[in-house]
Formats: sequence, structure tokens, C-alpha cells
Amino acid sequence: MGRVKTIARRTFLIGSAAVLGGVAFGAYLYKRPVENPLLPDLAEGDAALTEYVRITSDGVTLITPRADKGQGAYHVQAALIAEELDIDLDQVTVDPGPPSPAYYNTALSEEAPGFMPTDEGFGANSMRTIMGAAMKIMGMQITGGSTTTADSWEKLRVAGAVARETLKAAAAQQTGVDVAEMTTTRGTVVLPDGTAIAYTELAATAATLDPVQDVNLKAASEWRYIGKPMQRLDTVSKSTGMQDYGIDFELEDMLYATVVTNPRKGGDCWWINDEAALTMRGVHSVVAVTGGFGVIADNTWRAFQAAQQVTAGWSRAPYPAEQSDHWAALESAFADGKQDSQYRDDGDVEDALDEGDVVTAEYRAPYLAHAPLEPINATVKVSTDRVDVWTGTQVPRFVQTEVGKITGMDTEDVHVHVLMMGGSFGHRLELDVCRQAAEIAMTVPDTPVKVTYSREEDMTHDYTRQIAMARMRGTVKDGQVETLDLGIAMPSVVSSQMSRIGLSVPGPDAQIVAGAWEQPFGIPNYRVTGYRAPELAPISSWRSVGASSNGFFHDSALDELIHAAGADPMEERIRLTWDENARAVLEAVADMSGWSGPSMGENRGRGVAFCMSFGVPCAEVVEVTNTDRGIKIDKVFVAANVGQIVDPETLSRQMSGGALWGLGHSIAAEITHSDGMSDQQNFDGFEAMRMYQVPSVETRALELGEHVRGMGEPAVPPAAAALANAIFAATGTRLREMPFRNHFDFV
Amino acid sequence: MRLSVDGKTHEVDVEEDMPLLWVLRDEIGIKGVKYGCGIAQCGACTVHLDGVAVRSCQTLAADAVGANVTTINGLGTPAEMHAVQAAWAEHQVAQCGYCQSGQIMQAASMLAQIPNPTDEDIDAEMSGNLCRCGTYPQIRAAIVTAAAKLREA
Ligand code: FES
Ligand code: FES
Repeated sequence: MGRVKTIARRTFLIGSAAVLGGVAFGAYLYKRPVENPLLPDLAEGDAALTEYVRITSDGVTLITPRADKGQGAYHVQAALIAEELDIDLDQVTVDPGPPSPAYYNTALSEEAPGFMPTDEGFGANSMRTIMGAAMKIMGMQITGGSTTTADSWEKLRVAGAVARETLKAAAAQQTGVDVAEMTTTRGTVVLPDGTAIAYTELAATAATLDPVQDVNLKAASEWRYIGKPMQRLDTVSKSTGMQDYGIDFELEDMLYATVVTNPRKGGDCWWINDEAALTMRGVHSVVAVTGGFGVIADNTWRAFQAAQQVTAGWSRAPYPAEQSDHWAALESAFADGKQDSQYRDDGDVEDALDEGDVVTAEYRAPYLAHAPLEPINATVKVSTDRVDVWTGTQVPRFVQTEVGKITGMDTEDVHVHVLMMGGSFGHRLELDVCRQAAEIAMTVPDTPVKVTYSREEDMTHDYTRQIAMARMRGTVKDGQVETLDLGIAMPSVVSSQMSRIGLSVPGPDAQIVAGAWEQPFGIPNYRVTGYRAPELAPISSWRSVGASSNGFFHDSALDELIHAAGADPMEERIRLTWDENARAVLEAVADMSGWSGPSMGENRGRGVAFCMSFGVPCAEVVEVTNTDRGIKIDKVFVAANVGQIVDPETLSRQMSGGALWGLGHSIAAEITHSDGMSDQQNFDGFEAMRMYQVPSVETRALELGEHVRGMGEPAVPPAAAALANAIFAATGTRLREMPFRNHFDFV
Repeated sequence: MRLSVDGKTHEVDVEEDMPLLWVLRDEIGIKGVKYGCGIAQCGACTVHLDGVAVRSCQTLAADAVGANVTTINGLGTPAEMHAVQAAWAEHQVAQCGYCQSGQIMQAASMLAQIPNPTDEDIDAEMSGNLCRCGTYPQIRAAIVTAAAKLREA
């Protein structure tokens, strides 16, 4: 593995700053250093070696700024630092750290608009650089886009290595022994005579030294953690009820609250009548929040009960009231004037469609709730000189800004403490609960208030996944796919989401066509057009974002054309791809599933689907049986190329969890609107997969190419298509609309 | 009223119809018991009443008087895990982990009654417990491991 210098010059600089009796190190990006967020908190004798390591006489803390929503992010980040620092994971504390612009996420900008992840050309790379700079300016400490592993891969290992070498230099100064004669292991520097000096004893001296910048990263053959199955740090606590989440947060003298806002998302609240509620036991007060009210009580259940007794006058929805109007808006978006992008236009689509027999189809994907199992919550305490927020969030910096605005406090006086999340899937990118908790807490100064959503509030106010439609036209010739013309219409997720923090994003929204336009297939006439539907119900990033619907559209369309051509679904996809990693992934899934064509005998069938999203080519094969009680999913095979595996266990969980997520929602889930309100309020109306429906799942991750990619999302997009293709193979019926249970029963 | 939870007696002053879930969480402070839906759809709140799994969001506080309530925190501890918890740790079942208290309590109750469950038993007994992260294959594997362990004991 090369010297860090070359890596560092390319993406970040190592810097340092003197602090009380010591020095702190930072892996600064670009030439202009970002203020080191740990410095204000450093006591004398502490050394913050890079922004990712803190060593005091009490112990070693690894700072893991990418949030953990259950995907094992803390674990992966800690393992990368520990690998180079030469410390074991049982010897460290892991802390998500304070929100800070220094932790901005460069990998998020890897998905540069208009350039394929496979594109290494100058245009693409310079665009990624521009986006990276924009991330820096905006200080986006965001967890999302499956970027945690990619973003952490170099930064955290370099941070660990710099810390390690600087500790050795400190040991040399203390003992006079030459650095070259020292080794490091389990949090100690070991001298030639076998004496081991703990890092904690070297922290004070290390703080007086310039950081050692000329460091080597370990060769892959030396890795202790990377690529090896690890025991996740939180496994025991999560198996014994000891893991606390945001909803479990507790402080002395805390009050418990809940909110109810206009069931028509974003609508106003005209009046409330709280007379009955105020007489109920334990109720402290009923207060106004934007768009509704909050009930403060001495217990969450009492707040829930009282909230049901408050009556309110609600305005109409700021979007079409009935679901059919939402679909109509999408239908009329397929118009030239509403074209948002056409990043792909190969060959001559119009000519080809004029000449051949044209295959056409139309597809639909519904609104979907994120519904993490831990309902949305936040605890806020407003004091005269500071505000504290305790919550599970993917965007701590935005929380800081928004809560600062509401409370009139300077941003640096808003302290956000990120807590463990019981799932997110994109839901905790939103800020409503933090705003509401701030509004409520302002009415009871100096008292912490925990706001917990009821499941009903959580589900009916979820900013859902986009609804989307696609129209396909295509031709086949000589047993091959010749033309694929795919138009996709949806509202812009990015603009809906950004508008809620007061930002507008110019230009096309790449998410409208993500998971479709950049697929690595060499179809002779190939066009993907995005159409921007007007803003309808507010929407948000849902695990895999645009690709969650587009992976279904694109691959279903391809499958229909392959069928029309009379080709084998696996062979034709392999023939069509020009990307060697994509081919390897398809070949892997063919091998795993023992692919021998879509037919598996009477009432049985298999389907394959492929989608490249977030730079990860992922292919899935689903096997089904059409039983007399309905469709049974028997087996699922998932293959993907992630470039570099950090923890195979965590990775395979993301692959199987992502595939089951995609399958479960495609079978049974949708959010629809009547009179502007969500028809589904709880898990009785919004079904996902349950144990009896779960197939066996086999996963295989490949390590090809030089990019390191995350796997939190890419297993989602191919799943629905693979299932629909399998059902077609087993029954002859082509499913083009989700949820599939509107057409078939599932067992 | 007086409640016996995880071997300790607690005197609580609550409405008779307050669900056991909220008595445990907000009055007694046992946070391992989770709220997910409040309507018996997710199983996150599962505890044992005299060894049998119940949804604590549907169990009124008054109905728990006189029974032994066991929560995830009482089933075992990190130092001394119950066989089901140990199997969960061994298989690294948890992703976000929020559903797992309920999953473990449901599985422990099932195994007390059905020591050697078939796949169909597992489907029938565990389908009331939702896992949004999709850890079902690992849950199934952990149940098999725990069952074997418990039969040996
Ligand atoms: S909270 Fe009791 S079943 Fe969901
Ligand atoms: S592990 Fe997250 S809900 Fe089950």
C-alpha cells in the first residue's frame, strides 16, 4: 500500500493546532483547514490525534461521525481507525462526536449529476470535485447514499496511522529509544526490551509534537480487522435490552410530550380545544406547535391519551386531496415541456421505433413510508445560554441550525447529541420533530422535554418515498434487444427535501432517473428521459431514493424486451453489459442460483434483475412457487461488487436486509391519500415482510476495481424487479404496478 | 398497585388501564421494553407474564398484578445471557436492534413450550414480530441454535 502522502495530497491534508498544553491533529481537507471541532472540549493533557481519535489518561475514544441507523456504521468506522492505530475494539470507546463541518461527507458527492459511476473521465471526476467542494461549503455531515464506508476508507485509516506514528515519536522522546525499533500492539508502544507503554501514558507528550505525516498504511496481508468477520460492537447490548435509543433517553425532571399536527401534511392548524385534555391526569399543558399542538405530561402514555381528547380545526392539504389526482399529475408529466433530463440517448431511438414492432408497457410505484421501528422522537432542553438536543438524526448540522433559528440561539450554543437510532431508512433525515421539540421545550425553560411520536403520527406524517411512473417502448431484432426507450415521471425528491430547509436546487434532479439512465448496458438504441412532475405530497429519500422505483422500472422493461426477443434473461443481460464488474456480478448470481433459464417446472419460476446504484452493480435472482394459496418466495440470491469488504458479516446483513426490504414493500406496502390524509396509519395498514414470507437468502460480495462502496442501499432496487420477473416465469402474468398483492396473494 | 418485575417488587401509582408497556418504561424505567405500534402489530413490546409472551402494549397494568413480569432485562444480562440471548449474540442478529427485545422474548416463550420447533412452528410463533431491518433469516438461525442449547441443558 502506497505512502499516505500521495493519497493525502489528492484528497486531504494533515494539519495540527496547539491547544492547552498540547496539540490536536486534523485530517484537513483542501488547503483551507476546517476548524477542529474537538478543540474547544479538550482539557489539558488531552491529545486529539486527527479529528477521529481522542486519547486521554482515561482511555482512547474513536470518533465516528457517520450515524448508525442499524447498519453497523459505528462499527465499520471504528474498525478502520483501530486497524491502523493498533488498538483492539474491546479497548476503545466509540463516540459519534459533536456535529461539525469538519466531518463533511465527500463520498456523497461521488454521485455527480450526469456522470455514470463507472465514468472515470475528466468531466466526471472534475464534476465530483466540484460537488465535493460544495459539500464542504455546506458542511454536510450527512449519513446517506450508502457513503459511510467509501467516505471513511482512506480518512479513518490515515487518521489511525498518523496517531500511531505520533505516539511512537512520543515514546521515543520519553525513552530515547529509536522509533524504528518500536512496534505497536493492543494500544501500546512496545520497546525492544519488551516494555509496553500504553497510549494513554503517551498522550501528554504526543500533544507537544508535530504530527508524524510520513506514514505507511498497512498492506492488506497485515490487516487484523478489515475483511475479517467481526463481532459487532453493539451485538451483546442489543441482545440483552441494554442498548438505549433516542426514545429511551431519560433525564432528571424530564417531561414527556407528544405532538399532533394537521393530518394533511404541511397544512395549518386553525384552532384547538384542549378543555377535556387539560383535566386529565398528569397533563401539564397543551401548547401550539407549527401546524398543530403538543401535549406535555408526566408520562408518554398520558400525553398520547390526552392528545386524542384535543379537537382541532385543520386546513386543507397543500397538495391534491385524492390519490387518483396524484397519479393523474404523473400521467400528464410525460410531456416535452416537462422534460427534466436526458442523460442517455444512444443510437437512433426514433428511427428504430418507426421501423420495428414496438413493445410498450407502463409501470407504477406507490408512495411508501419509512416506518423505522423506533418511532420518531427528540429530547430538547432550552436554557438561557444553551440548547441541548438529544436525538437520532442523520443530519446533526441541520438540526443545529434549525433549532438555533427557532430558539433564537446562536448555532454554536445549540448542542446536538446524536443517539442510537432504531432504524431510519431515510426518515431521520427530516427535522420536524426537532423543530417541534424545540417549540415545546421553549414553553418550559430549563426543563428537558422528550417528544415521542405515536406510531400513527409517525406514519401519517412520514415524508414518503416518491410515487413514480415509467413508460417503455422498445424493439427487438434477431433474438436480441435492439431499442429501449424509457421515460420516468416523478416529483423531485431533492427539491421537496431541500425546500424544507429553505434551499432550492437548480438544474435537473438526477434522482428522477437514478438507477435507470446509468445502467451499463450496450443497447444499440437506448434513451432514458426524466420528466419532473409537479410537487405533490411532500417526499423524502427512502432507502435507495430514485433507484428504489427506477430499478424496478428499468429492469422490468429490459426483462419484457428480452422475453420478446426470445433470449435467456441471464445470458442477454450478460451479453448486453460492457462493464466487466457488472458482468462478474451477473455471472456470480447465475452461479449461486444454478441458473438454467427462467422456467423451473410447473408453477415454479425464477427471475433475475440487475441494477447499478450508488456505484454498486447488484444482481438478484428470486425463485417462486405459485401455490394454490398464493405466491411463495422460495429463495433469493444477491451478488454485488463493493470493491473492498471491510466487515463481511455487516455487509452480508446489508445485502440480505436490503433485498428483503425491497421484496417486502413490493409485495404489500403503499401509502395512499384520501381527503389529503394518509389512508394507512399503523402497521395494520402498512405491511412489510413477516417471518412466514421470508425466503432463504444467499449473498456474495465481490472485490473488484479500486472503489470502495457501501451496501446500505444497492440491494434494494433490483429486488422488486427480480420478483416480478420470477412471477412472470411461474405464472405468465407480468406485474407492472406495486404493491403486487393487489394482483396476487402471497404466502 | 404492586407489580413484580424481573424479580423485584414495584409499588406504582397508575391508572388501572395504563398499558403495562408504559408502566415499565416511563414509571419503573425499564427501557429494554420497546414501543413500536401500540396496537399489537409489531411485537416490540413483548414481555413474559408468568413465562408466557404477551404484548405489553395490550396488557393493562391492573392485569399484571399478581403475576411475574419478565422483561428482556430480566431474562438475562450481558454477563449471564439466557440461551436465546447468547444465540442472538452468536449469530449477530441485530441490525438496528430495536425489535430484538421483543423477538427474543417471543422466541424464549416459544422454546419453553416447543423445545424443538419446526420451520412452520417458527413461522406461526414469530410472525407477529416485525423487523423492519429484515433480520429474519438470522432470527431463524438463532432460534435453531438456542433450541439445541436448551435441549442439552
Ligand atoms: S408496541 Fe406492542 S405490539 Fe407493537
Ligand atoms: S433489527 Fe431493526 S427492526 Fe429488527
